[in-house]
Amino acid sequence: MLQYDFMRNAFAAAGIVAVVAGVVGYFLVLRGQTFAGHALAHVGFTGATGAALVGIAPLWGLVAMTVAAGIGMGAIGERGLAQRDVAIGIVLALSLGFGLLFLHFYTAYATQATTLLFGNVLAVDRRTVWVLAGLGAASLALLGIISRPLLFASLQPELAEAKGVSLPLYSVLFLAIVALATAECAQIVGVLLVFALMVGPAAAAQRLCGAVAAGVVLAAALGLAEAWAGIAAAYYSDWPTSFWITALSAAAYLAAVVTERLRRPGMLGPL
Amino acid sequence: MSAIEFRDVRLALGGRLVLADIDFAIPSGDFVGVLGPNGAGKSTLMRAVLGLVPPARGTIRVLGRAATRGNPAIGYMPQVRGGLPPLRLSGRDFVASAVDGHRLGLPLYSRAGRAEIDRVLDLIAVRDLARRPIAELSGGERQRLLLAQALIGRPQLLLLDEPLISLDPHHETEVIDLVKDLRRELGVTVLLSAHELNPLLGAIDRVIYLGNRQAALGTVDEVITGPVLSRLYGSDIDVVHVGGRIFVMSGGRSVERDAHRHDPAMAEHREMR
Repeated sequence: MLQYDFMRNAFAAAGIVAVVAGVVGYFLVLRGQTFAGHALAHVGFTGATGAALVGIAPLWGLVAMTVAAGIGMGAIGERGLAQRDVAIGIVLALSLGFGLLFLHFYTAYATQATTLLFGNVLAVDRRTVWVLAGLGAASLALLGIISRPLLFASLQPELAEAKGVSLPLYSVLFLAIVALATAECAQIVGVLLVFALMVGPAAAAQRLCGAVAAGVVLAAALGLAEAWAGIAAAYYSDWPTSFWITALSAAAYLAAVVTERLRRPGMLGPL
Repeated sequence: MSAIEFRDVRLALGGRLVLADIDFAIPSGDFVGVLGPNGAGKSTLMRAVLGLVPPARGTIRVLGRAATRGNPAIGYMPQVRGGLPPLRLSGRDFVASAVDGHRLGLPLYSRAGRAEIDRVLDLIAVRDLARRPIAELSGGERQRLLLAQALIGRPQLLLLDEPLISLDPHHETEVIDLVKDLRRELGVTVLLSAHELNPLLGAIDRVIYLGNRQAALGTVDEVITGPVLSRLYGSDIDVVHVGGRIFVMSGGRSVERDAHRHDPAMAEHREMR
């Protein structure tokens, strides 16, 4: 299957995005902010369709919109967001609504909506692979620079604050990184299924690993395996890639939960 | 030199006056219990020492210098509200996050950093326990882990905010004995806030009692008296000594017991935000 250009592009793009999403997702799950990833993807839909309407590549509309929303959410603060679930729900519905409106005006492609919502990794061209590599490198580099204080602020916010770590600053920076990673994920699995790459592998890794470094590596490796196996399965089965990636992501998480249960018998609780 | 010096300090949170005209000095090496009803400002007092709540008036000096945020000489154990996150993360990695946690870069630790982690884990004798996921630790074990984390960076002053909360009497004693030993071995000054005085009797040198926006500092015999506490509660308080224990009563009821159970720390904290 690797003799086709589009397959090589798909493997490259999915590989890059899966690693970035796994690493960023580890911190997202650790901070209990997985909802933010979901919300950013919804908002990104408006950006992508809006960009398509004015003749810009949807990826850039997605990036611009998610990063702006990420910084905005970071500035409002997690506590603030949690207390405004109704307002946020309405804003998210509104952004999908606007996305639909933009698509309505942009009548050229009916497939555009499906691609944005559920992804189409087999349609990724060589140029997009390079853009994804550049964005991925940027988000991993930024995350690398702030990872130490970010980890401290995530695990022990009050102690970190007392030791001079600015909680709002790292919250904003991190959500900007999450926004970039979300925009990347949306290229592969679409805005509705970002959870599969961003949260699934990271949550499974945290169920299995007691050390931060090992957990980050496992999250990236799981994401990579799920994404590549998903593309291969789609190639042979002719079912959509995004379906396979979500199925593998769910299966890996379930397997991690079961493994963890088996390790400590007698501990039963919610998933 | 005093470890902590408050001069004519006024502390306010979101427009609400919490403490006014506070004057006291805590000598270096003292073990001080911070007591008082809910919302009296025990956490706020500690956050002011940490430089997180700047005084609206007056000056706060910590170890001879003006209180500033990020003072490496202070070890801090924040109140645990609702427990630590239910993580598979090992206790060691949790403790380690505080090693130079304010510096940019990857969370990888040098030889010196790893030695520091081992040192604090050994001080509390939790090196074996720290291999386990924090989700599997009991309340008392988690408190010991947090105490180890507070000792990172060899602080000269330890601020322990409600370390006894939700512990049974046996574990209360364990934690207090641990703090007593640490104070003796490391020569640190300790401020420990608590809801109840009795577990601290025999361990602390002094108490700061907060109430009615005021503070009283002194030995237990000086502060835990009817007249002083009546002033701090703004109502008639009787102090009853029974078999080496002390009960603070208002109208025939113990004021400490009433305050204790439904996690009032939550309410106090929310007000602070």
